[in-house]
Amino acid sequence: MSHDKRTFEFYVLAAFFALFVLFLYGPLSAILILSFQGENGGLTFPLNGVSLHWFANLFERQAVGDFGGSFKRSFILGLMVMIVTVGVSLLAGLAFRQKFRGATALFYLAVASLVVPSIIISLGIGVVFQQIGFRPAWYTSAFGAHLTWTLPFGVLIMFAVFNRFSPAYEEAARDLGATSWQTFAHVVLPMIAPSLIGVGLFGFTLSYDEFARTLMTSGTFNTLPLEIYGMTTNVTTPVLYALGTVTTVFSFLVILLTLGAILYVGRRRARI
Amino acid sequence: MTAVLERPGMIEAKPARRRRVSIGAVVPYLQAAPLALILGAFLLLPILMIAVVSFWDYDFAAMYPDFLTINYADTLGSWVTWKTYLNTLKYAAIVWALTLLIGFWVAYFLAFHIRTTAMQMVLFLVCTVPFLTSNIIRMISWIPVLGRNGLVNSTLVEIGLIPKPIEWLLYSEFAVVLAMVHLYTLFMVTPIFNTLMRIDKSLIEAARDAGASGWQVLWNVVIPLAKPGMAIGTIFVVTLVMADFSTVQVMSGGQSASVALMMKNQMSLLQYPAAAANAVVLLVLVLLMVAGILRIVDIRKEL
Repeated sequence: MSHDKRTFEFYVLAAFFALFVLFLYGPLSAILILSFQGENGGLTFPLNGVSLHWFANLFERQAVGDFGGSFKRSFILGLMVMIVTVGVSLLAGLAFRQKFRGATALFYLAVASLVVPSIIISLGIGVVFQQIGFRPAWYTSAFGAHLTWTLPFGVLIMFAVFNRFSPAYEEAARDLGATSWQTFAHVVLPMIAPSLIGVGLFGFTLSYDEFARTLMTSGTFNTLPLEIYGMTTNVTTPVLYALGTVTTVFSFLVILLTLGAILYVGRRRARI
Repeated sequence: MTAVLERPGMIEAKPARRRRVSIGAVVPYLQAAPLALILGAFLLLPILMIAVVSFWDYDFAAMYPDFLTINYADTLGSWVTWKTYLNTLKYAAIVWALTLLIGFWVAYFLAFHIRTTAMQMVLFLVCTVPFLTSNIIRMISWIPVLGRNGLVNSTLVEIGLIPKPIEWLLYSEFAVVLAMVHLYTLFMVTPIFNTLMRIDKSLIEAARDAGASGWQVLWNVVIPLAKPGMAIGTIFVVTLVMADFSTVQVMSGGQSASVALMMKNQMSLLQYPAAAANAVVLLVLVLLMVAGILRIVDIRKEL
């Protein structure tokens, strides 16, 4: 409905949209500001001076359990999940382009992985490990638990990408004498690269922020979200906000880097 | 050798065909195997295990293989369970209605009122970014806003609208619903936006030319075509709310309950078989709800 004049409806909806954005970002900016709270300040406004006290506090072991260690674990786990999610989703996406027995069942299994409550998966994996006699750890049981959350997203994205992918490009490459591998590496892969980067972003951020699935599966050492969750009940100083600010800024950086990568890949492709 | 790896369905010389089919047919199975293995080990097996364990006996220290129905009898026979299920369903219904309403109008604005694709993408990203940050941090971020001395209360007191701070803003059912809407609306916006973007604009022109008013176009053309997106969003929101324990725990300050929170408490008391029986009941309920929604929409067509 792109008429020339803005209608009344436009202004009403624009105002609604602005409110929605305020609703999304307002609270987040509140903790961003409050993390610079002065040393004697509390959990709410007004600011009692401005300081970096709570950020410094973050790195003292007694204030926050083990911030450095849990951040490192979450970061490595996120990278592991990202790599496996991209690889497995790409392969599954390629598989779903052809007919094979069990395709529908596998597809619905992936969808089921999305709708089964996280805590049930957490409990199930915890019990399985206990019965087999393995010790749960963030790099084994929690790794698998995270994959049940990130893989369906990856598979559904790849499914959508290949649904819109014309086989004409591959046929053209093949007519020009390209081998299957050449067709894949020089034609298919560059075309779907932006989507793969997107899948990677999903894999990393969903894992980095996941905690319902980590609850029963992380073993002895906490991941960062578990650490933060523990803090919500016993920390009553703005150090909680400082932690929130740090992880949120980190997430924003990851998102920006990814978008930059997608734009870069897109540009380079356009130039070729 | 390369022809061997070709996918079926391509035009090719006859003699190569037999060999290609026999070996090439294995390729999709190999490609699908990693996904099947991971989901088998970390989704199917754990759920089967839960189903088995839900019949086991337990005491404060361990579980004992058995075939008892007492866990189910305890779960379903307790008034608390029913109340908790009703409470969870109530949250699901309220949050669903609110996210659908907000999600639809946000998606509608983006799809029909923003003129350039670039601007659409930018605004869509603005909506998406917070959803890629930590859920817990986004929950905590309501504390300075809604708390007793929070932004809302202090502003209202200052301008004289209320004599003293409202107590029910934080640590209440209201706070739980607000935080859930805050956390989950994007899951409604994205699929609806996706379906709205695919509506052929000439359909709307045709409806206009046939004399339909703005509301008639919306009601008779746009909304029916947006239903698949709404259904997918509904699946996301309903299953997320049904599985939620952290929002309920943090935002209600322990004053409200949900099924998953009940399970979590049983788990922390090491009552795994009881939690497992609860999990089976919850899983059946959630899968029934999803199956009901899937009758309306074929997701494979919507991707």
